[in-house]
Amino acid sequence: MVQYQTARLDASFAALSDLTRRGVLEQLGRADASITELAVKFDMTLTGMKKHVGVLEQAGLVTTEKVGRVRTCRLGPRRLEEETAWIERYRQLWAARFDRLDDVVEELKQKDLRDKRSAR
Amino acid sequence: MNSNQESEPARMKNSTTVERKSDREMVVTRTFNAPARLVFEAWTKPELFMKWWVPRSIGVALRACEMDVRTGGKYRLVFGQDAAHQMEFFGRYIEVTPPSRIVWTNDEGEEGGPVTTVTFEEKDGQTRLVLSDLYPSKEALDASLASGSNLDAMPETLDQLDELLGSPASLGR
Repeated sequence: MVQYQTARLDASFAALSDLTRRGVLEQLGRADASITELAVKFDMTLTGMKKHVGVLEQAGLVTTEKVGRVRTCRLGPRRLEEETAWIERYRQLWAARFDRLDDVVEELKQKDLRDKRSAR
Repeated sequence: MNSNQESEPARMKNSTTVERKSDREMVVTRTFNAPARLVFEAWTKPELFMKWWVPRSIGVALRACEMDVRTGGKYRLVFGQDAAHQMEFFGRYIEVTPPSRIVWTNDEGEEGGPVTTVTFEEKDGQTRLVLSDLYPSKEALDASLASGSNLDAMPETLDQLDELLGSPASLGR
């Protein structure tokens, strides 16, 4: 179970490490699109876009469905939820800490100013 | 003196960004509107450190905070509501260079704890803080993210934290 999860995570992070693929996910978050549309949007060859979509599909982030001659891509069932949730949680922890640190630093700064004034 | 306590409308806060820099590294960045020596001071004096390290949202109390902030020195943080329900975080400072850089180990786990590097870079009176958690392996970082990174995993709630965080500033000492 743990191994399975780790392998899935690896695939997800690998998929997310690429700027174009992140763009594709963002795009699909707004609306489903065909591979051709995505290729045009990202100014790529059809083959290149197929490859990117393949990586996303393997990671479970995107699903595709071929109807007639058109392959439509949409966000996969897992979407970005897990990964972004984890990263977001990590970010929130640090943001909360640093906002408080900001307050502490601000108090030090005020004290510093007062000390300087009174030293004059 | 305490005009910036939480009940007041908050000043505009600078944003905190997080990036997975590589398979093994998470990087957190934040800018402070103060010189580096003050940010460094708030980081390295235990009585100040305790005021901010444990945010309210975490809902856990910091029961003990021992920090010998110098190269080779050790630290130990104890969280939890009482001795029976506590969790310790500890490690060693590998490098301390005031006011610009602190590097420490996180040794509480069996293995795979990250090495944390925080740098304070001052420019035009502002300080850009960059904190990096470098894990020994990709698996270790994935596992840490999956487990919700340290404190999040602790469900205990404590009034003690409120008391601590709500207490009047004692910076004048």
